[in-house]
Amino acid sequence: MIRFERRLQQPWWLAVAVPVGSILVALAFAAIVLAATGHDPLHAYRRIFDSAFLAKGALTQTIMSATPLCFTGLAAAVAFRMQLFNIGAEGQLYFGAIAAAASGLYFHSLPKPLVIVAMIAAGCAGGAAWALIPAILKAFFRTNEIITSLMLNYVAALVLNYLIFDSLSYWRDTSTPETKVFPQGKTLADSATWPTTTLVHSGPGLVVPLGFGIAILVALLAWFLYSRTRFGFEAQVLGDSQQAARYAGIRTRRKILAVMCLSGAIAGLGGASQDGDFRHLLDPRGLQQAGYGYAGIVVAALARYNPFGVVLIAFLLGGLQNAGYTLQGADFPSGLVGVIQGLILFCALGGELLGRYRIRIARRPAPAVEPSA
Amino acid sequence: MQQATSTSPAVRLRGITKRFPGVTANDGVDFEAAEGEVHALLGENGAGKTTLSNILTGLYRPDEGEIELYGKPVQFNSPRDALDAGVSMVHQHFRLVRAFTVAENVVLGDHRGEARRFRLRPRAIERRVAELGKEYGLRVAPRAKIWQLSLGEQQRVEILKALYRDSRVLILDEPTAVLTPQEAERLFRTLRAMVEEGRTIIFISHKLHEVKAVADRVTVLRAGRSIGTVSASESTPQSLAALMVGRELGTGATAKSEPRDEAVLEVQDLWTHGDRGEDAVKGVAFTVRAGEILAVAGVAGNGQRELAETITGMRPFARGGMSLNGRELRGGDPRRAIRAGIAHVPEDRLGTGVAPNLTVASNVVLKSYRSREMSRGPLLRGRSIRRRAEELIHRYEVRPPIATTPARQLSGGNLQKVVLAREFSGDPKVLVAASPTRGLDVAAIEAVHGHLRDAAARGMAILLISEDLEEILTLADRVAVIYEGAIVGEVDPKGATVNEIGLLMAGGGRS
Repeated sequence: MIRFERRLQQPWWLAVAVPVGSILVALAFAAIVLAATGHDPLHAYRRIFDSAFLAKGALTQTIMSATPLCFTGLAAAVAFRMQLFNIGAEGQLYFGAIAAAASGLYFHSLPKPLVIVAMIAAGCAGGAAWALIPAILKAFFRTNEIITSLMLNYVAALVLNYLIFDSLSYWRDTSTPETKVFPQGKTLADSATWPTTTLVHSGPGLVVPLGFGIAILVALLAWFLYSRTRFGFEAQVLGDSQQAARYAGIRTRRKILAVMCLSGAIAGLGGASQDGDFRHLLDPRGLQQAGYGYAGIVVAALARYNPFGVVLIAFLLGGLQNAGYTLQGADFPSGLVGVIQGLILFCALGGELLGRYRIRIARRPAPAVEPSA
Repeated sequence: MQQATSTSPAVRLRGITKRFPGVTANDGVDFEAAEGEVHALLGENGAGKTTLSNILTGLYRPDEGEIELYGKPVQFNSPRDALDAGVSMVHQHFRLVRAFTVAENVVLGDHRGEARRFRLRPRAIERRVAELGKEYGLRVAPRAKIWQLSLGEQQRVEILKALYRDSRVLILDEPTAVLTPQEAERLFRTLRAMVEEGRTIIFISHKLHEVKAVADRVTVLRAGRSIGTVSASESTPQSLAALMVGRELGTGATAKSEPRDEAVLEVQDLWTHGDRGEDAVKGVAFTVRAGEILAVAGVAGNGQRELAETITGMRPFARGGMSLNGRELRGGDPRRAIRAGIAHVPEDRLGTGVAPNLTVASNVVLKSYRSREMSRGPLLRGRSIRRRAEELIHRYEVRPPIATTPARQLSGGNLQKVVLAREFSGDPKVLVAASPTRGLDVAAIEAVHGHLRDAAARGMAILLISEDLEEILTLADRVAVIYEGAIVGEVDPKGATVNEIGLLMAGGGRS
């Protein structure tokens, strides 16, 4: 007989032991998969680690993969902390990308720093505006934000496709006959290309895109906002108990609107970084395939909504993704990285349960007493 | 079996010890309840009554000690084990599914007999529930949905659940908190009928006169230890209180404050909607003067919560008006109400009165974090907040005296001290206190009453909303009785008896 019993207090070491243990168990499970398909697990893991962190240019690639995950992870974390389950980072990222691409195209003749600032502002505004819809529905009509924000992701994807594939919009490149047949976005000018910084020249090298720096800045700001300001205090109270917040005279509607918009703005910033740092055009297919918004929820959950944790987890998952791209081939099953990711999430959620409950194995249930009457 | 068990007590706990991080909730507790008796478990909050009943119902496992039922040692690893062994509990907050019928709730979680069938036969269950109801005087319609029932009726459903499972041991946690005196009387008759069949009732209460009225024997817990078991008929409320607190209590006959003439809070013809859009408060009017305690007496669910929420701005009103010191109050804006000087001790302490997972320090500044002293522009002043919290913790003797404790870890009495400390620190003109001592122990009640009296003496106008008539009669300068959302009568507490007010509370004042 296996029983789960609730732990009344979590020992401190569990906070570290559970995530680390979860990852180890996930790797052990994945090893079974590898061995069963005729691969040497240790060898495979070494290759993953190499191509994620050690190989030439690997760290740079990992940071690139991690950047969008940081943004969407932070977007989820700031909202989830307040018990606002904004699942719409995906759509908010699309709208950030749309708005940032528009401003990048429109202001291309301005000096580079101004163009970048305009793109950042537009990205934030685009994401925030898209998040405002579920926010208003939640604040004024008590609609479940999980459903509305999720549904709006599909709407956002359709809008994205429409702008490039089904219309002659401002974003679509119509300059050559070829692009009329195979639609794609207008390429951004050089002035709208975000700079990178080379941190390490020697060895494998490390080049960091501007977006990653912004993401770390956002993490710092989010931490500061939640721990040191009135805004954060109100958000904490509201996240803990709506009734208590109302009782304390906190304007709950405004707060819901503000936090949802903040979350959307961070996701939108991720979209702007996609335009400026990586893709240099509005790329509906690429954005939709990546699914950063949903991955961000996983990142936030694994990081327990801690902004710095989000950066760390995004870095690790980014490494795994990056390794998946580079290693894909005949001897490395392409689905493997997905399998490992899935197993880590599965084990992390299982580990959460272990954190809250204690497993007991009893030989048989307690003897029942027959009533004496 | 019958032979072997008839000599042993129905329930015997020996040397039960349960430690939580930082506290020993039960420290070698011995407890025995015989077959066919009502055994009261008396003790202050934090004395370990709840922990003990949680152990007996399988929610916690004891660190040390043994449990015996009818002479046989048992080990409960989950509530289900305890239920199977015939131990049921009626919690203070009912465990019922509001959208289900009475009969459905009764079979819910039962995994024997009728409830074990894949397809339920509701008629058979309903018939059985109706039979049981008749037999024990627990009249409630088996096909009614829980949300349609009053709290008193819901409690009957909880007891029916235990009877349906044929539980031999029933634990009731503060069962009379939601009842009128008349309903309580009826509950006691039901309990007597149950023990006459040889069942065992363990009755957890703070109310000494009640314990005397219903129990055969009383076991007193203090600070996690069992202090002793006495016969109810041979003890007096005073002797029980002394056992419970470990010292003689003051008589409580403090001189009442002198109400002054200035009207502070005036309410005229106030109408408010309830959560389901019904009229919850119907044309209530009253005046509270400076230094006066006006009590609103009534059974829970007669519009008191809505009234308190309306005055404190948490609920908008439909018609009528309110004013504070002659200035009109707008409804539905808690922040304005706070700024106007209306303090509020809400009925729901944990969840409304405090944010349970935030620290005591955060909860102390729950309303004042916006002020000049606690924040500079958008930034919080962490040090000022900590200093304020430590000062108030010290002044109000909050235990544990640690500002970083999450509020949910405080006992009810200490939680209420945090709420009072915060509310008084804003220097309010009016205090709306809703059931301020519900669920508190004698010492904590004394402390809360003391704070309320002091506040009135300082000239605060206090609106006390309570179901506890003893409390009302000791504190109030005037008593208004509310029934179905309307004030049905005003009585002078000096001349009134509990029965008179009880009758008004039950709607008996209506001709």
